[in-house]
Amino acid sequence: MNLSFESEPRPVISISGVSRRFGAKQALDNVSLEVTGGQVLGLVGANGAGKTTLVKHILGLLKPATGKVRVFGLNPVTEPRGVLWRIGFLSEDRDLPMWMRVEELLRYSSAFYPKWDADYAEALREQFQLERSARLRHLSRGELAKAGLLVALAHRPELLVLDEPSSGLDPLVRREMLEAIVRTVAEEGRTVFFSSHLLDEIERVSDRVAMMDRGRLVLCGPLTEILESHHRLTLRFARPPSQPPAFAGALSVKGQGLEWTVLCNGALSEVSVAAKKLGAEIVAEEGASLDEIFLARVGRSATVEEATEEKK
Amino acid sequence: MQLHLSPHDGLPIYRQIVTQVKYLVAAGRLVPGQEMPPIRVLAQQLVINPNTVARAYLELEQLGLVTKRHGAGTYVSDGGSPLKRAERYRLLTGRVDALLAEARHLEVDLEELVQLMRQRFKSMQPEEHS
Repeated sequence: MNLSFESEPRPVISISGVSRRFGAKQALDNVSLEVTGGQVLGLVGANGAGKTTLVKHILGLLKPATGKVRVFGLNPVTEPRGVLWRIGFLSEDRDLPMWMRVEELLRYSSAFYPKWDADYAEALREQFQLERSARLRHLSRGELAKAGLLVALAHRPELLVLDEPSSGLDPLVRREMLEAIVRTVAEEGRTVFFSSHLLDEIERVSDRVAMMDRGRLVLCGPLTEILESHHRLTLRFARPPSQPPAFAGALSVKGQGLEWTVLCNGALSEVSVAAKKLGAEIVAEEGASLDEIFLARVGRSATVEEATEEKK
Repeated sequence: MQLHLSPHDGLPIYRQIVTQVKYLVAAGRLVPGQEMPPIRVLAQQLVINPNTVARAYLELEQLGLVTKRHGAGTYVSDGGSPLKRAERYRLLTGRVDALLAEARHLEVDLEELVQLMRQRFKSMQPEEHS
Protein backbone atom coordinates (compact mmCIF):
# COMPACT_ATOMS: atom_id res chain seq x y z
CA MET A 1 0.00 0.00 0.00
CA ASN A 2 1.41 3.35 -0.96
CA LEU A 3 0.35 6.10 1.42
CA SER A 4 1.22 9.63 0.53
CA PHE A 5 3.26 10.16 3.70
CA GLU A 6 5.66 7.32 3.13
CA SER A 7 8.83 8.41 1.49
CA GLU A 8 10.94 5.85 -0.30
CA PRO A 9 12.31 3.28 2.13
CA ARG A 10 15.82 4.27 3.11
CA PRO A 11 17.04 3.04 6.46
CA VAL A 12 17.76 6.02 8.69
CA ILE A 13 18.57 3.72 11.60
CA SER A 14 19.88 0.23 11.04
CA ILE A 15 20.73 -1.99 13.99
CA SER A 16 21.83 -5.55 13.38
CA GLY A 17 22.64 -8.23 15.91
CA VAL A 18 23.61 -5.83 18.70
CA SER A 19 24.36 -7.35 22.10
CA ARG A 20 25.61 -5.61 25.19
CA ARG A 21 26.29 -6.83 28.68
CA PHE A 22 26.73 -4.79 31.87
CA GLY A 23 28.33 -7.13 34.38
CA ALA A 24 26.01 -10.06 34.84
CA LYS A 25 23.12 -8.28 33.16
CA GLN A 26 22.43 -8.85 29.48
CA ALA A 27 21.27 -5.33 28.61
CA LEU A 28 20.82 -6.00 24.88
CA ASP A 29 20.50 -9.48 23.44
CA ASN A 30 20.97 -9.76 19.67
CA VAL A 31 18.75 -6.80 18.77
CA SER A 32 18.07 -6.09 15.10
CA LEU A 33 15.88 -3.20 14.02
CA GLU A 34 15.47 -0.88 11.08
CA VAL A 35 13.74 2.49 10.84
CA THR A 36 13.17 3.91 7.36
CA GLY A 37 12.79 7.56 6.42
CA GLY A 38 9.54 9.21 7.45
CA GLN A 39 8.62 6.41 9.82
CA VAL A 40 7.68 6.77 13.46
CA LEU A 41 8.91 3.80 15.46
CA GLY A 42 7.53 3.35 18.96
CA LEU A 43 9.73 1.36 21.30
CA VAL A 44 7.87 -0.19 24.22
CA GLY A 45 9.32 -1.88 27.25
CA ALA A 46 9.19 -1.99 31.01
CA ASN A 47 11.74 -0.08 33.07
CA GLY A 48 15.09 -1.79 32.67
CA ALA A 49 14.11 -3.57 29.44
CA GLY A 50 17.02 -1.98 27.58
CA LYS A 51 15.33 0.94 25.81
CA THR A 52 17.78 3.60 26.99
CA THR A 53 20.77 1.35 26.29
CA LEU A 54 19.51 0.94 22.72
CA VAL A 55 19.07 4.71 22.38
CA LYS A 56 22.64 5.26 23.59
CA HIS A 57 23.88 2.97 20.83
CA ILE A 58 21.97 5.02 18.24
CA LEU A 59 23.57 8.21 19.54
CA GLY A 60 27.02 6.61 19.54
CA LEU A 61 27.39 6.99 23.31
CA LEU A 62 27.91 3.24 23.60
CA LYS A 63 29.88 1.04 21.26
CA PRO A 64 28.18 -2.27 20.43
CA ALA A 65 30.06 -5.22 21.95
CA THR A 66 28.81 -7.31 19.04
CA GLY A 67 26.73 -6.31 16.05
CA LYS A 68 26.48 -3.13 14.03
CA VAL A 69 24.74 0.23 14.34
CA ARG A 70 24.36 2.63 11.42
CA VAL A 71 22.58 5.99 11.47
CA PHE A 72 22.21 7.78 8.11
CA GLY A 73 24.51 4.99 6.91
CA LEU A 74 27.29 6.15 9.25
CA ASN A 75 28.82 4.62 12.35
CA PRO A 76 27.76 6.97 15.18
CA VAL A 77 30.75 5.96 17.34
CA THR A 78 33.47 6.78 14.80
CA GLU A 79 31.64 9.56 12.95
CA PRO A 80 29.68 11.42 15.63
CA ARG A 81 29.92 14.72 13.80
CA GLY A 82 28.21 13.27 10.73
CA VAL A 83 25.39 11.96 12.86
CA LEU A 84 24.70 14.06 15.93
CA TRP A 85 23.88 17.40 14.33
CA ARG A 86 21.23 15.70 12.23
CA ILE A 87 19.50 14.26 15.32
CA GLY A 88 17.16 16.01 17.72
CA PHE A 89 17.39 14.24 21.05
CA LEU A 90 15.33 14.44 24.19
CA SER A 91 15.83 12.13 27.13
CA GLU A 92 14.00 11.51 30.33
CA ASP A 93 16.61 13.31 32.38
CA ARG A 94 16.92 16.26 29.93
CA ASP A 95 20.29 17.49 31.18
CA LEU A 96 19.99 21.18 30.38
CA PRO A 97 22.38 23.89 31.59
CA MET A 98 20.31 24.89 34.59
CA TRP A 99 22.07 28.21 35.26
CA MET A 100 20.92 29.67 31.94
CA ARG A 101 17.88 31.72 31.12
CA VAL A 102 15.51 30.47 28.39
CA GLU A 103 16.81 33.04 25.87
CA GLU A 104 20.40 32.04 26.67
CA LEU A 105 19.54 28.39 26.14
CA LEU A 106 18.22 29.23 22.67
CA ARG A 107 21.35 31.24 21.72
CA TYR A 108 23.61 28.55 23.17
CA SER A 109 21.82 25.75 21.28
CA SER A 110 21.76 27.72 18.02
CA ALA A 111 25.58 27.75 18.08
CA PHE A 112 25.60 23.93 18.08
CA TYR A 113 23.36 23.29 15.13
CA PRO A 114 24.11 24.74 11.69
CA LYS A 115 20.46 24.40 10.71
CA TRP A 116 19.00 26.09 13.81
CA ASP A 117 15.80 27.94 12.84
CA ALA A 118 15.49 30.97 15.12
CA ASP A 119 11.96 31.84 13.97
CA TYR A 120 10.77 28.31 14.60
CA ALA A 121 12.47 28.30 18.01
CA GLU A 122 10.70 31.53 18.89
CA ALA A 123 7.34 30.15 17.71
CA LEU A 124 7.83 27.04 19.85
CA ARG A 125 8.85 29.17 22.84
CA GLU A 126 5.62 31.13 22.57
CA GLN A 127 3.56 28.02 22.01
CA PHE A 128 5.09 26.34 25.06
CA GLN A 129 4.65 29.57 27.06
CA LEU A 130 8.25 29.74 28.23
CA GLU A 131 9.31 33.19 29.51
CA ARG A 132 12.42 34.52 27.75
CA SER A 133 14.01 35.72 30.97
CA ALA A 134 13.10 32.73 33.15
CA ARG A 135 16.02 30.79 34.58
CA LEU A 136 15.93 27.09 33.80
CA ARG A 137 16.41 26.14 37.43
CA HIS A 138 13.20 28.01 38.26
CA LEU A 139 11.14 26.17 35.67
CA SER A 140 8.71 23.42 36.58
CA ARG A 141 9.31 19.85 35.48
CA GLY A 142 6.84 20.24 32.63
CA GLU A 143 8.40 23.51 31.46
CA LEU A 144 11.85 21.94 31.47
CA ALA A 145 10.58 19.06 29.37
CA LYS A 146 9.11 21.55 26.90
CA ALA A 147 12.39 23.51 26.82
CA GLY A 148 14.18 20.24 26.05
CA LEU A 149 11.73 19.41 23.27
CA LEU A 150 12.12 22.93 21.86
CA VAL A 151 15.90 22.44 21.56
CA ALA A 152 15.37 19.00 19.99
CA LEU A 153 12.94 20.37 17.37
CA ALA A 154 14.23 23.85 16.53
CA HIS A 155 17.08 22.74 14.28
CA ARG A 156 14.61 20.72 12.21
CA PRO A 157 16.61 17.50 12.53
CA GLU A 158 16.14 14.67 10.07
CA LEU A 159 15.77 12.23 12.95
CA LEU A 160 14.09 12.81 16.27
CA VAL A 161 15.13 10.48 19.10
CA LEU A 162 12.87 10.72 22.12
CA ASP A 163 13.69 8.55 25.11
CA GLU A 164 10.74 8.50 27.52
CA PRO A 165 10.07 12.18 26.78
CA SER A 166 6.90 12.37 28.84
CA SER A 167 7.96 10.29 31.80
CA GLY A 168 6.80 11.80 35.09
CA LEU A 169 4.86 14.62 33.45
CA ASP A 170 1.24 15.58 34.01
CA PRO A 171 -1.36 14.78 31.32
CA LEU A 172 -1.58 18.40 30.13
CA VAL A 173 2.14 18.72 29.41
CA ARG A 174 2.20 15.22 27.91
CA ARG A 175 -0.56 16.21 25.52
CA GLU A 176 1.19 19.47 24.58
CA MET A 177 4.40 17.60 23.82
CA LEU A 178 2.61 14.90 21.85
CA GLU A 179 0.86 17.59 19.80
CA ALA A 180 4.20 19.19 18.96
CA ILE A 181 5.64 15.82 17.94
CA VAL A 182 2.63 14.94 15.78
CA ARG A 183 2.80 18.37 14.16
CA THR A 184 6.39 17.85 13.04
CA VAL A 185 5.52 14.38 11.74
CA ALA A 186 2.47 15.69 9.88
CA GLU A 187 4.09 18.78 8.43
CA GLU A 188 7.58 17.59 7.72
CA GLY A 189 7.37 13.81 7.48
CA ARG A 190 10.09 13.45 10.07
CA THR A 191 11.65 10.14 11.12
CA VAL A 192 11.08 9.52 14.81
CA PHE A 193 12.43 6.95 17.24
CA PHE A 194 10.19 7.21 20.27
CA SER A 195 10.54 5.16 23.43
CA SER A 196 7.85 5.10 26.07
CA HIS A 197 6.12 2.84 28.48
CA LEU A 198 2.84 4.69 27.88
CA LEU A 199 1.13 2.49 25.35
CA ASP A 200 -1.61 4.92 24.40
CA GLU A 201 1.07 7.44 23.35
CA ILE A 202 2.81 4.77 21.33
CA GLU A 203 -0.43 3.80 19.63
CA ARG A 204 -1.19 7.39 18.73
CA VAL A 205 2.08 8.33 17.10
CA SER A 206 3.68 5.13 15.79
CA ASP A 207 3.70 3.53 12.37
CA ARG A 208 5.72 0.63 13.67
CA VAL A 209 6.05 -0.78 17.15
CA ALA A 210 8.93 -2.66 18.73
CA MET A 211 8.52 -4.37 22.10
CA MET A 212 11.50 -5.06 24.33
CA ASP A 213 11.76 -7.37 27.30
CA ARG A 214 14.96 -7.85 29.24
CA GLY A 215 17.24 -6.89 26.40
CA ARG A 216 15.42 -8.81 23.72
CA LEU A 217 13.16 -7.59 20.97
CA VAL A 218 10.05 -9.74 21.48
CA LEU A 219 7.89 -8.20 18.75
CA CYS A 220 8.42 -5.72 15.93
CA GLY A 221 6.11 -4.76 13.10
CA PRO A 222 3.60 -2.29 11.70
CA LEU A 223 1.21 -1.14 14.43
CA THR A 224 -1.93 -2.05 12.49
CA GLU A 225 -0.62 -5.51 11.69
CA ILE A 226 0.22 -6.12 15.34
CA LEU A 227 -3.23 -5.02 16.48
CA GLU A 228 -5.06 -7.04 13.83
CA SER A 229 -3.12 -10.25 14.37
CA HIS A 230 -3.88 -10.45 18.09
CA HIS A 231 -7.27 -11.53 19.39
CA ARG A 232 -8.90 -11.92 22.74
CA LEU A 233 -11.07 -15.04 22.73
CA THR A 234 -13.37 -16.03 25.53
CA LEU A 235 -13.80 -19.80 25.57
CA ARG A 236 -16.56 -21.71 27.28
CA PHE A 237 -16.26 -25.40 28.03
CA ALA A 238 -19.05 -27.87 28.76
CA ARG A 239 -17.13 -29.03 31.82
CA PRO A 240 -14.07 -27.52 33.53
CA PRO A 241 -10.87 -28.53 31.66
CA SER A 242 -8.25 -30.38 33.73
CA GLN A 243 -5.60 -27.82 32.76
CA PRO A 244 -5.66 -24.29 31.31
CA PRO A 245 -6.45 -24.45 27.59
CA ALA A 246 -3.33 -24.18 25.44
CA PHE A 247 -2.97 -24.17 21.66
CA ALA A 248 -0.66 -22.82 18.97
CA GLY A 249 -0.77 -19.03 18.99
CA ALA A 250 -2.07 -18.69 22.58
CA LEU A 251 0.10 -16.17 24.44
CA SER A 252 -1.66 -15.84 27.76
CA VAL A 253 -4.49 -17.71 29.39
CA LYS A 254 -6.63 -16.50 32.25
CA GLY A 255 -9.72 -17.91 33.84
CA GLN A 256 -11.15 -20.74 35.85
CA GLY A 257 -13.94 -23.28 35.74
CA LEU A 258 -15.93 -23.15 32.52
CA GLU A 259 -14.81 -19.81 31.07
CA TRP A 260 -11.30 -18.83 30.01
CA THR A 261 -9.90 -15.80 28.24
CA VAL A 262 -7.06 -16.44 25.82
CA LEU A 263 -4.99 -13.75 24.18
CA CYS A 264 -3.68 -15.23 20.98
CA ASN A 265 -1.71 -14.34 17.90
CA GLY A 266 -2.43 -15.49 14.37
CA ALA A 267 -5.17 -15.52 11.75
CA LEU A 268 -8.55 -15.52 13.48
CA SER A 269 -9.75 -18.50 11.42
CA GLU A 270 -6.77 -20.61 12.52
CA VAL A 271 -6.85 -19.78 16.24
CA SER A 272 -10.62 -20.31 16.28
CA VAL A 273 -10.23 -23.79 14.82
CA ALA A 274 -7.49 -24.58 17.34
CA ALA A 275 -9.69 -23.41 20.22
CA LYS A 276 -12.67 -25.42 19.01
CA LYS A 277 -10.53 -28.55 18.77
CA LEU A 278 -10.14 -28.38 22.54
CA GLY A 279 -13.89 -28.74 22.79
CA ALA A 280 -14.51 -25.09 23.62
CA GLU A 281 -17.19 -22.79 22.32
CA ILE A 282 -15.97 -19.28 21.48
CA VAL A 283 -18.42 -17.03 23.30
CA ALA A 284 -16.65 -13.74 22.59
CA GLU A 285 -14.04 -12.55 20.13
CA GLU A 286 -12.54 -9.11 20.43
CA GLY A 287 -9.51 -7.17 19.30
CA ALA A 288 -6.70 -6.85 21.83
CA SER A 289 -5.34 -3.50 22.92
CA LEU A 290 -1.62 -2.74 22.71
CA ASP A 291 -1.56 -2.88 26.53
CA GLU A 292 -2.92 -6.42 26.58
CA ILE A 293 -0.58 -7.55 23.81
CA PHE A 294 2.39 -6.11 25.66
CA LEU A 295 1.44 -7.80 28.94
CA ALA A 296 0.83 -11.12 27.18
CA ARG A 297 4.12 -10.95 25.27
CA VAL A 298 6.26 -9.91 28.18
CA GLY A 299 4.45 -12.25 30.56
CA ARG A 300 4.95 -15.20 28.25
CA SER A 301 8.67 -14.76 27.86
CA ALA A 302 8.85 -14.54 31.65
CA THR A 303 7.23 -17.95 32.07
CA VAL A 304 9.34 -19.46 29.28
CA GLU A 305 12.47 -18.21 30.97
CA GLU A 306 11.41 -19.44 34.40
CA ALA A 307 10.64 -22.84 32.90
CA THR A 308 14.12 -23.12 31.36
CA GLU A 309 15.75 -21.96 34.55
CA GLU A 310 13.92 -24.62 36.52
CA LYS A 311 15.26 -27.29 34.20
CA LYS A 312 18.87 -26.29 34.85
CA MET B 1 -16.77 16.69 12.25
CA GLN B 2 -16.02 15.66 15.81
CA LEU B 3 -14.40 12.31 16.49
CA HIS B 4 -13.50 10.94 19.89
CA LEU B 5 -10.80 8.32 20.28
CA SER B 6 -10.77 5.95 23.17
CA PRO B 7 -7.41 4.33 23.86
CA HIS B 8 -8.71 1.32 25.72
CA ASP B 9 -11.48 -0.20 23.64
CA GLY B 10 -9.23 -2.63 21.80
CA LEU B 11 -10.04 -1.18 18.39
CA PRO B 12 -7.12 0.17 16.38
CA ILE B 13 -7.36 3.96 16.06
CA TYR B 14 -7.94 3.87 12.31
CA ARG B 15 -10.90 1.51 12.86
CA GLN B 16 -12.33 3.87 15.45
CA ILE B 17 -12.20 6.63 12.84
CA VAL B 18 -13.87 4.45 10.20
CA THR B 19 -16.63 3.37 12.60
CA GLN B 20 -17.32 6.89 13.78
CA VAL B 21 -17.41 8.34 10.27
CA LYS B 22 -19.85 5.58 9.28
CA TYR B 23 -22.00 6.56 12.21
CA LEU B 24 -21.82 10.30 11.39
CA VAL B 25 -22.86 9.60 7.80
CA ALA B 26 -25.70 7.32 8.88
CA ALA B 27 -26.85 9.93 11.41
CA GLY B 28 -26.79 12.68 8.79
CA ARG B 29 -24.15 14.69 10.61
CA LEU B 30 -21.89 14.28 7.61
CA VAL B 31 -23.80 15.02 4.42
CA PRO B 32 -23.06 14.05 0.80
CA GLY B 33 -20.68 16.50 -0.82
CA GLN B 34 -19.27 17.72 2.48
CA GLU B 35 -15.50 18.00 2.57
CA MET B 36 -13.63 15.82 5.06
CA PRO B 37 -10.84 17.52 7.02
CA PRO B 38 -7.45 17.19 5.30
CA ILE B 39 -5.36 14.29 6.62
CA ARG B 40 -2.78 16.50 8.31
CA VAL B 41 -5.40 18.66 9.96
CA LEU B 42 -7.32 15.70 11.39
CA ALA B 43 -4.06 14.06 12.52
CA GLN B 44 -3.12 17.18 14.47
CA GLN B 45 -6.62 17.59 15.86
CA LEU B 46 -6.72 14.00 17.14
CA VAL B 47 -2.99 13.99 18.02
CA ILE B 48 -2.24 10.88 15.99
CA ASN B 49 0.12 9.83 13.23
CA PRO B 50 -1.10 11.12 9.81
CA ASN B 51 -0.57 7.66 8.30
CA THR B 52 -3.32 6.41 10.60
CA VAL B 53 -5.75 9.00 9.20
CA ALA B 54 -4.61 8.19 5.65
CA ARG B 55 -5.35 4.53 6.29
CA ALA B 56 -8.82 5.30 7.68
CA TYR B 57 -9.63 7.50 4.66
CA LEU B 58 -8.42 4.78 2.32
CA GLU B 59 -10.74 2.26 3.95
CA LEU B 60 -13.66 4.73 3.87
CA GLU B 61 -12.96 5.26 0.19
CA GLN B 62 -12.95 1.51 -0.46
CA LEU B 63 -16.27 1.25 1.38
CA GLY B 64 -17.63 3.96 -0.90
CA LEU B 65 -18.36 6.38 1.92
CA VAL B 66 -15.99 9.07 0.72
CA THR B 67 -14.52 10.01 -2.63
CA LYS B 68 -11.11 11.47 -3.24
CA ARG B 69 -11.10 14.26 -5.81
CA HIS B 70 -7.68 14.45 -7.29
CA GLY B 71 -5.72 17.24 -5.68
CA ALA B 72 -8.83 18.68 -4.10
CA GLY B 73 -9.43 16.75 -0.92
CA THR B 74 -11.80 14.07 0.27
CA TYR B 75 -15.58 14.39 0.16
CA VAL B 76 -18.51 12.47 1.57
CA SER B 77 -19.97 10.43 -1.29
CA ASP B 78 -23.20 11.39 -3.02
CA GLY B 79 -26.26 9.21 -3.25
CA GLY B 80 -27.72 8.65 0.17
CA SER B 81 -26.27 6.11 2.49
CA PRO B 82 -23.64 4.33 0.42
CA LEU B 83 -23.59 1.40 2.82
CA LYS B 84 -25.17 -1.67 1.32
CA ARG B 85 -28.08 -3.08 3.22
CA ALA B 86 -26.02 -6.14 4.15
CA GLU B 87 -23.29 -3.91 5.57
CA ARG B 88 -25.86 -1.91 7.56
CA TYR B 89 -27.31 -5.12 8.95
CA ARG B 90 -23.84 -6.33 9.83
CA LEU B 91 -23.23 -3.16 11.85
CA LEU B 92 -26.44 -3.69 13.80
CA THR B 93 -26.27 -7.45 14.32
CA GLY B 94 -23.80 -7.32 17.21
CA ARG B 95 -25.96 -4.83 19.08
CA VAL B 96 -29.14 -6.80 18.43
CA ASP B 97 -27.46 -9.96 19.71
CA ALA B 98 -26.36 -8.23 22.89
CA LEU B 99 -29.86 -6.85 23.40
CA LEU B 100 -31.46 -10.27 22.88
CA ALA B 101 -29.03 -11.88 25.33
CA GLU B 102 -29.76 -9.23 27.93
CA ALA B 103 -33.51 -9.60 27.37
CA ARG B 104 -33.33 -13.36 27.78
CA HIS B 105 -31.40 -12.90 30.98
CA LEU B 106 -34.05 -10.51 32.29
CA GLU B 107 -36.82 -12.88 31.15
CA VAL B 108 -38.28 -10.42 28.66
CA ASP B 109 -39.59 -12.34 25.65
CA LEU B 110 -39.26 -11.32 22.00
CA GLU B 111 -42.81 -9.97 21.73
CA GLU B 112 -42.32 -7.69 24.73
CA LEU B 113 -38.97 -6.57 23.40
CA VAL B 114 -40.39 -5.65 20.00
CA GLN B 115 -43.21 -3.81 21.75
CA LEU B 116 -40.69 -1.91 23.86
CA MET B 117 -38.70 -0.96 20.76
CA ARG B 118 -41.84 0.39 19.08
CA GLN B 119 -42.63 2.37 22.20
CA ARG B 120 -39.12 3.85 22.36
CA PHE B 121 -39.18 4.61 18.64
CA LYS B 122 -42.40 6.56 19.10
CA SER B 123 -41.05 8.51 22.04
CA MET B 124 -38.06 9.55 19.94
CA GLN B 125 -40.19 11.16 17.23
CA PRO B 126 -39.76 14.92 17.61
CA GLU B 127 -43.48 15.77 17.31
CA GLU B 128 -44.25 13.62 20.33
CA HIS B 129 -42.22 15.98 22.50
CA SER B 130 -43.95 19.22 21.56
